[in-house]
Amino acid sequence: MTLQMTVSPDFPPAYIAGWYIFNTWLQRQSGLPIHLTLYDSFAAQRAVLAQGGIDLIYANPYDAAFLVRECGFVTLAAPCNRADEVVLAGTQTGPVNTIEDLAAGTVIARTDDPDVNLMGMMLLEPAALHAGNTTAITVDSYPLVAKQLLQGHAGIGFFLEEAFDSLSALVRGQLRELVRSRISVIRHVLLAGPGVRAQQVEHLTTLLLAMDQDDRGQAVLESMNLSGWEAHSQEDTEFMIDLMDTLDTQVLPG
Amino acid sequence: MDGYQTRIRYFDGHSRDALIREHEVPFPDGRLIVSRTDTCGIITHCNQAFVEMSGYPERELIGQPHSILRHPDMPRAAFQDLWETVQAGRKWHGHVKNLRKDGSCYWVLATVIPNVRHGRIAGYTSVRRKPARSRIHESIALYARLREAENP
Repeated sequence: MTLQMTVSPDFPPAYIAGWYIFNTWLQRQSGLPIHLTLYDSFAAQRAVLAQGGIDLIYANPYDAAFLVRECGFVTLAAPCNRADEVVLAGTQTGPVNTIEDLAAGTVIARTDDPDVNLMGMMLLEPAALHAGNTTAITVDSYPLVAKQLLQGHAGIGFFLEEAFDSLSALVRGQLRELVRSRISVIRHVLLAGPGVRAQQVEHLTTLLLAMDQDDRGQAVLESMNLSGWEAHSQEDTEFMIDLMDTLDTQVLPG
Repeated sequence: MDGYQTRIRYFDGHSRDALIREHEVPFPDGRLIVSRTDTCGIITHCNQAFVEMSGYPERELIGQPHSILRHPDMPRAAFQDLWETVQAGRKWHGHVKNLRKDGSCYWVLATVIPNVRHGRIAGYTSVRRKPARSRIHESIALYARLREAENP
């Protein structure tokens, strides 16, 4: 049986080729037939997941929660030293200097990245903002989030930290960073579905954890902009899911 | 050092003496305070933000009851509600004034969730984040009324 692999659509487009190279590396090392399919939106990927059409996934933490708790996925590994953090930014010419300067009615520019949006809304709570007193504009990419801000269509933008730091100096120079999360434990994880046998899970995990120990593996990792894989126990993943569950609480005025 | 000594009485009947100072330490932007306890409320894990905000070194936190952070301005009813909610398997959230080791305080928006493993509660995770100042003011007024009712 060919294992179907996919990657969370929020990875930087510059590394698409790297994930195909990784697919080839993993096939050769494991001896398992693996086919990689990339989806251009979370909705498209979730539709395939719902049909049980995915065996291996580099999952956004938000999707990992559903896959582990509801679909019986298990954790293979997590990328080394790479947590999902967010940046909330306005513009240099705008009136907002701190999160607390934001008021009810604020327009948020964001992508459909679910964990970034979850953390972003949590970081707006010091201004007593929530889904009920803000409006969201959802766009397809982080450069478009910046564009919404610079064109004056939104008062604040939610960025994945890596994407914010990758914006051109020209664009970033016109934005004002208001807050940057330091949560540390919310991260993407590589998961295997219930169709992957326990022996195969163990074998794949062993290969991944040793991937940075030879030149070829290191080159593949570099092509994905990763430094290596580290163990992430099922309990580590469960803890991350519990933590995200606590953030998924909108505390409205009493 | 300014401040005063007081006896903190917990909803389960025990008590301890603590130094109380008026100074409030602001919650750091972008951070979360995270801790885990066993089913009896004994701290088993805490992150660096917890250590920094509580003022205790990690070795003085692990193994201690989470109520080590209890501020006397908090009504006992709040923690009774917290425990009844999470022991029933539900998520609890509320605004909490915490006591630092040096007697100063910090306000948090706390969410506590039971860690359900293999169908049973294995412990609890508590995550605290920065609250809105307007909600702190509401909580100060509410907790003063609750404390009055508890200590008529």
